Amino acid sequence: MDDLHQLMLGFQVALSWTNVMFMIVGVLLGIVVGVLPGLGGPNGVAILLPLTFGMDPTSAIILLSSIYWGALFGGAITSILFNIPGEAWSVATTFDGYPMAQQGKAGEALTAAFTASFIGALAGVILITFVAPLVAKFALRFGPAEFFGVFFLTFCSFIGMGKENKAKIVASLAIGFLLAAVGLDTISGDLRLTFGVSELIKGFDFLVVVIGLFGVSEILLTIEEGLHFKGKKAQIDLKVVLRTWAALPRYWATLIRSSIVGMWMGVTPGGAIAASFMGYGLAKRFSRTPENFGRGEIEGVLAPETAAHAAGTSALLPMLALGIPGSATAAVLLGGLMIWGLQPGPLLFIENKEFVWGLIASMYLGNVAGLLIVLATVPVFAAIMRIPFALVAPIILIVCAIGAYTVESSRFDIWLMLVFGVIGYIFKKLDYPLAPLVLALVLGDRAEDAFRQALLGSGGNLSVFFSNGLVSTLMVMGLALLFWGPLSAGTGFLRRRLAPARSAPLGR
Amino acid sequence: MTETSQTATEPGLSRRMVEILVALVLMGLAGLVLWDSYERGAGWDAGPQNGFFPARVGWILLIAAAAALVSAVRREDSVFVTYGQLRMVGSVFAPLFLYVLAIEFVGIYTASALFMAVFMVMLGEFRWWQTLLAVVAVPLVAFWVFEIQFRLSLPKGPVEAMLGF
Repeated sequence: MDDLHQLMLGFQVALSWTNVMFMIVGVLLGIVVGVLPGLGGPNGVAILLPLTFGMDPTSAIILLSSIYWGALFGGAITSILFNIPGEAWSVATTFDGYPMAQQGKAGEALTAAFTASFIGALAGVILITFVAPLVAKFALRFGPAEFFGVFFLTFCSFIGMGKENKAKIVASLAIGFLLAAVGLDTISGDLRLTFGVSELIKGFDFLVVVIGLFGVSEILLTIEEGLHFKGKKAQIDLKVVLRTWAALPRYWATLIRSSIVGMWMGVTPGGAIAASFMGYGLAKRFSRTPENFGRGEIEGVLAPETAAHAAGTSALLPMLALGIPGSATAAVLLGGLMIWGLQPGPLLFIENKEFVWGLIASMYLGNVAGLLIVLATVPVFAAIMRIPFALVAPIILIVCAIGAYTVESSRFDIWLMLVFGVIGYIFKKLDYPLAPLVLALVLGDRAEDAFRQALLGSGGNLSVFFSNGLVSTLMVMGLALLFWGPLSAGTGFLRRRLAPARSAPLGR
Repeated sequence: MTETSQTATEPGLSRRMVEILVALVLMGLAGLVLWDSYERGAGWDAGPQNGFFPARVGWILLIAAAAALVSAVRREDSVFVTYGQLRMVGSVFAPLFLYVLAIEFVGIYTASALFMAVFMVMLGEFRWWQTLLAVVAVPLVAFWVFEIQFRLSLPKGPVEAMLGF
């Protein structure tokens, strides 16, 4: 009840004129960022973050999280109209969204996608409202060992749940940690890994890395495919919207199933992509007409969008309650919190109540505003995609360069951005995942501090990570997730070996 | 996805070669980290020394990169990027490199104007007045947003000095 009271106070904060304005501006910017190649959620937030340093933290985070919502909505536009997934989790949306657009049902597909996103996001926000305070209260008991346990669990679940080559995920995480270690060591005050280069003393700023990895590299990738986008036309009028909405209750089971999958996968990091595919797969399996999937089935749009957005929103839960982001964008937002002098984690719920609940309230409002704005403005944003790439690309690159410079007013950072752009291009083409790298870069110092403090307390004995029930559980869960792939492959293999006779006649 | 069969027949850089190269570079980086960490002390001296954590991560990177190297050698070769695509990427990267270089000398606004001009003339099919409009408008809008609205000082060069900024 106390939480609900806090939430009401939060709505008062979020509903002030300036904050509502920031919300609308944020959603609009977010859709632009989501629609344009080379911008996307993490990069858009990273570029704008330095501009908000002077703002009130609550307004700033409302602006930035609204960009996040807008980018989520915007990704659906390109998936459906142009068959280009804006983010990895929009890939599943293209399976049925683009065929629908080809059949002239773009309006229905877009309405379905936006509404599904909204429902998924709402499920995630409700989860945050009720569960985040409990998690935070629980986490107040954590010491350094337990915090390292949570970090460990996070990184293990990235490795265990990731679809990429495991060695590449581990390498990507390790690179992130090492980049974070470069520069001044916070505990001893010594310089590390700088090799006498004075520019490296301040270390690698995650914002510059994100702008290079996600922004510049995306432009290079886009250019490979040529300079033209071929899109379908979209017209959304009130009649289409209402007709699609009227049909939605029929798919309640899909919506609920996808929401639950999304919420579950979102809290475990790296889950939004897996969640969208799982949501799609489940909808297909439970459908009475699975053969229609892939040919423009509206359920095939609803399921992945709901799941992806439930996951994308739930990814903010561990960020707020534990200080551990569940996605690349959440990692950038978390970095922002630290820059504004807010220490993310359980104490945030006690020391900065107004901020936390203002943010949660703004999640409700931002998603409502996002749905209305995006429905009203689709034609405008679809038109943005028709602007020639030779005009859009240099503008995006200029914005990236300015964004990289404004982080620390350093020209060296623009060069770094360029280098990380090339690295990002190569890594994306070779399937080295980028999100673990960013996550490790943002969390690196804190994970290391927790590790070293825990070891200091125990005098260097690793048994501190198994010293009580709580930390042991975290570590064992982490190890289980780490070996999830080999374990499930092993049991699947055993099952197939043990029951070949029974499964053969059933096999398709 | 549907174009893979088409591009596979075109000549291009070998993916296996790039995979191996990247894995070797990562192993080299791991070696560099290990050298630096053990140089400063990665052991225990009344607490973990400051190379303790990086050294352990360095070992993990070394092992992961070695595993990536093994799987790269064993995988079937495919095309990393066709030469045609590489030329497209180069045609964007070269102006971008020159742009970053130019920022050092003439400031970000003049460099941006030149960058827009090169990009639009080389890669686009615009009328001269469209190019001119973009070349003039983009730096001006950037100036208005960053210098006047947000009061952030971006790198400037001789042109801005001439105009009195």
